[in-house]
Formats: sequence, structure tokens, C-alpha cells
Amino acid sequence: MKASLNRLAERAAAEGLLDVAYAMADSPFGQLLLASTPRGLVRVGLPNQDADALLVDLATRVSPRVLEAPGQLDEARRELDLYFDGRLERFRLPLDWRLSDGFQLAVQRRIARIPFGQTRTYTEMARSAGNERAVRAAGTACGRNPIPLVVPCHRVLRTGGALGGYGGGLPMKEGLLRLEGVLDG
Amino acid sequence: MTELPPFQTLIDEHAGDVMAVCRGTVGRADADDCFQETFLSALRAYPELDEAGNLRGWLITIAHRKAVDHHRAKGRRPVPVAEVAEVAVEDPEPGDGIWTAVGALPPKQRAAVTLRYAGDLPHSEIAAALGCSPEAARRSLHEGIKRLRKELA
Repeated sequence: MKASLNRLAERAAAEGLLDVAYAMADSPFGQLLLASTPRGLVRVGLPNQDADALLVDLATRVSPRVLEAPGQLDEARRELDLYFDGRLERFRLPLDWRLSDGFQLAVQRRIARIPFGQTRTYTEMARSAGNERAVRAAGTACGRNPIPLVVPCHRVLRTGGALGGYGGGLPMKEGLLRLEGVLDG
Repeated sequence: MTELPPFQTLIDEHAGDVMAVCRGTVGRADADDCFQETFLSALRAYPELDEAGNLRGWLITIAHRKAVDHHRAKGRRPVPVAEVAEVAVEDPEPGDGIWTAVGALPPKQRAAVTLRYAGDLPHSEIAAALGCSPEAARRSLHEGIKRLRKELA
């Protein structure tokens, strides 16, 4: 049965019927959900998030043709493994931004450019997205980042250095900042 | 628009039943082709489906249609004499006896038995898949079972 299912996923992709491919991937923080469209990585689910609920959301917002197809996520898994290993500082994966729009998209695109090992504040993100006073909205844009880790919203902190929030939980945010040498330990 | 669940849920829940229907109708050797065609066809039509009520019945009905297509294509296919294998390619597996007997039934009876017992469809849906009345479906099923009893006795 497993061979049949692999063959089905491959044929679906070849015939353009695989709108959303997904796979689970291991990380030092727990299991991640990775989902991509033919355009690129569209969603990363963090270990404390409900993968089934994320898949239902993708079925509603992108396409119900959602299939488990690990082969389509090989490159994403490879880059993430290297990142967690401290051997990759900049992701090269193509991204599909279709789950965001407006000011949130503007903020998230700028987050994507914060270099490894550096941090910014919510205020700085609001300013660089064109509205310095929209600090709260910038915080919301971080919280709704559909592609965490690859779009490194863990590098955005409160003015004064407090961690702020994180969709994957604060211990994970701290762990990531430690991995990047921002925090000691 | 209906909210359709991720297609993977259909696979997780019903792949086993679809495979059973394919085995029952086209035999073990061609079952995987029937299985692939069924799910690809379902995947193609899925986003436009306007009712998510009975996805299992929908899949089983597609599997039956693919099996009919398969038999039609096979009937027309010329026999490549030079390539005829000298030994049976299909090794019967343990527990397969009943499905071998089902495979030997006349087409309508075979379809009715497979859809009822591998597909677990009610008479009304078997009738819809076969394009006949529920009474005719019930009759085909009854005849098929009678014959199986005799064969396997």
C-alpha cells in the first residue's frame, strides 16, 4: 500500500494535481509541518501547533487538493536540517506568500531579510514597512507569519530587549536565539 | 461552497477499501492501476465537488467505474501471442480464495458482491453505481452469493 501511495503522490504532482504537498519533519524542538505549493514553501507549522488544523486551513484557503508528499519537501527539509545544525545562515528556498497580504505581508517580507544572528524591534519593523506608529500591527504580522523559521520572526524583539511573543512558545524563541548566538548559553 | 477536508484524509480513511474494491473487480495484478486511476480521477474532480456528505461512497463508485473501463479496454486489447507467459504470474495469496471465486462471477454479480462486501455500500448506492434499480442490484447480489456458496461449499 505504501508503494501505491508514493506512486499516487508522484503521479498527482506530474499531472499538476498536487496543489499543496506536505510532510512532517524532525527538529530539535519537535515535529514541524512543512507545506508547499508549486510556487514554493507556503506554511511551516511549529511543534506546539495543531498540524491537522493547519491542513484544514490550507484546504480552505489554498486548495483542498492537499496530499502528504514528502518528496516535494526534500529541499525544505535539507535547508532546515542545515540551519538547526548551525551550517546554514540564509535560506534559499522559494516562498509562496499567498497566505498574507497588505501591511502584514509588507512586514513579513522585511522580516525575511533580517540576517542570521541579528535582531530587530517591533517598532523598527513597523517603520521599515512604512508605518512607524503601527507597532501593534507589526506585532500581529509577526504572530501571523505563515512561514516561521524560514521567515525568522524569532529575530523580532521588544524595544529594550524583552523577548515579546512567539507562536512556537517562548522556550523555542529563546532556543533559536541561542542557536544563532544572540543569547548566551 | 462546501468546505472540503484535505484530500489526504480521504486517502487515510478509504485507501484500504478502494484497494479491496479494485482487487475484487479487476484482480490482484491490475488492482494498483485501478487504484491509481480512481484516486487521480477523484483528485481531479475534488475541488468542484459540491457535497462532502458521502466521500467514501463517491470514491467506491469511481473505483467501480474505473474497473468497468478496465474490463472494456481489456476486451478490446489484442492478445500479444509472443509475450504470453508460460506460468501464472499471479500467485494466489492465502485468504485470496474467496476473491478468486468472486472474480469468476458474471460481471453484474461480481460488481454487486464487491461493492457490497469490499465497498460496504448499501443497495441504493450499488444500484446507482451499476445503473440499475435497487431491486435489480439486490437480485444480482443474491444470485452472486448463491453462486459463491455453491462454489466454495
